[in-house]
Amino acid sequence: MSTTTIAAVDVELNDEGFFVHPEQWTEEMAPELARREGIDTLSDAHWQVIRFMRSEFFAKGTGPTVRVLGKTSGVSVKELYQLFPKGPAKIAARIAGIPKPRGCI
Amino acid sequence: MTNRVVILGGGTGGTLTANRLRRLYEPSDVTITVVDQDDRHVYQPGLLFVPFGLTHPEDIVRPRRRQLHRGIDFVESAIDHVDIEADNVHLVDGTTLPYDVLVVATGAVLVPEETEGLTGPGWMEKVFTFYTSEGATALEAAFAAFDGGRIVINVVDLPIKCPVAPLELCFLADWYFTERGMRDRVELTYVTPLDGAFTKPVASEHLRGMLAEKGVELVTEFNTGEVDGAGGRLVSYDGREVPFDLAVVVPLHGGAPYVARSPGLGDDLNFVPTDEHTLQAKAAPNIFVIGDAANVPASKAGSVTHFEGETVVENVRRFLEGEPLRAGFDGHANCFIETGFHKALLIDFNYDTEPLTGHYPNGFGLPLLKESGLNHLGKLMFQWFYWHSLLPGRDIPGIGSTMPTTGKHLSGKD
Repeated sequence: MSTTTIAAVDVELNDEGFFVHPEQWTEEMAPELARREGIDTLSDAHWQVIRFMRSEFFAKGTGPTVRVLGKTSGVSVKELYQLFPKGPAKIAARIAGIPKPRGCI
Repeated sequence: MTNRVVILGGGTGGTLTANRLRRLYEPSDVTITVVDQDDRHVYQPGLLFVPFGLTHPEDIVRPRRRQLHRGIDFVESAIDHVDIEADNVHLVDGTTLPYDVLVVATGAVLVPEETEGLTGPGWMEKVFTFYTSEGATALEAAFAAFDGGRIVINVVDLPIKCPVAPLELCFLADWYFTERGMRDRVELTYVTPLDGAFTKPVASEHLRGMLAEKGVELVTEFNTGEVDGAGGRLVSYDGREVPFDLAVVVPLHGGAPYVARSPGLGDDLNFVPTDEHTLQAKAAPNIFVIGDAANVPASKAGSVTHFEGETVVENVRRFLEGEPLRAGFDGHANCFIETGFHKALLIDFNYDTEPLTGHYPNGFGLPLLKESGLNHLGKLMFQWFYWHSLLPGRDIPGIGSTMPTTGKHLSGKD
């Protein structure tokens, strides 16, 4: 765990770069978090996914996996990979300030 | 007054729950009805051995109703939907089954059609799955006729039933083609969406080493977007390709289709949201879930289902008698991993403790995370235990439903 400054605010990230306290996140932090993941500009489609991730997390206690995102977010899995090439669920969760989606075992 | 328990699914979880409840209650106190769409109970761990000619589909299937004890009703029909407000199950044949307690035990289904191209050209000709009797049988013929080339074993995405099975298929394929004297003409590649050979760090490291030892190439973080059977290649969503002459694919899994038709019961993948310790459904207090149908973060495996049985039956009893539920299930899983050449590994873990080295169930037991002939015998013997001890709902002597820690190297080191 470490404290990092994002958009001039101190936040706590875990070893894998996910927010420890999702309530520390604000929309102003998203562009900087995205740049850290190699995404220079956030499009409307990016924002649609980011907002969907957060609402799912607060409703269900875990962020959705890629497959569930593809079924429920209104963005297909193919497009999700175009938006977040290195792994949509993981990258979008980091930018959306929520913990790593609880994958399956 | 007589309570009515309806159990959906006559597989591992439904059968052992029915038999345990029957022992607990007289038929005059509780009626038990098991529903399934067919009367074929497949010993699913046996499917792994079919492609290698080590067993045959007809040797691993028995009638479902014969596994149920006297005094349990069996209804053979597909399920249309569950009305959780009215406490009714509606069957496809038009029958309505009212219940006081419902146990969901309908497992997971394969949804190969959700992956682009998977069921297209080449399906069951050069692209196979061994997760069905038909697929495993077709793969047996394809392996027998194989005269060299590139074989790819691919897991599309988790969750899947028995997450170690595709690794076992790699190990057995290495053994099989070695025995046939043609291993040098066969390239084996394991392609997984995970970032390692397995989900849990210590086991993942051991299994990665074993793949390397057996000359199986490992491709990680590969999210299969398309299976191109005609062109002989897997294509990932991020544009990578893995060529093959023969592919063994574990398709996406979901819950049973009726779950989607039952408002409020399931999640987006048709699994049933379930409390991971009490095994009560989130949808209603009189619904309990056992086995692969549940969305709990445990492996989808028969051993998990077996260990869940005690908690489900105890909590059905507590619910009927108005007592608080017991948070008894700890996520315990226990899997033999067949590694070929008459050896196997054993892993044992739960929600909190990953698979470790040591011995099971105590310091004098079977070796954990280590290849051994004893574990192979354990795996072979298990089929007998399955039909004669696990399904009747008996405990296996010395094997508790919670995970043991004695005999394990809890620091995770040898």
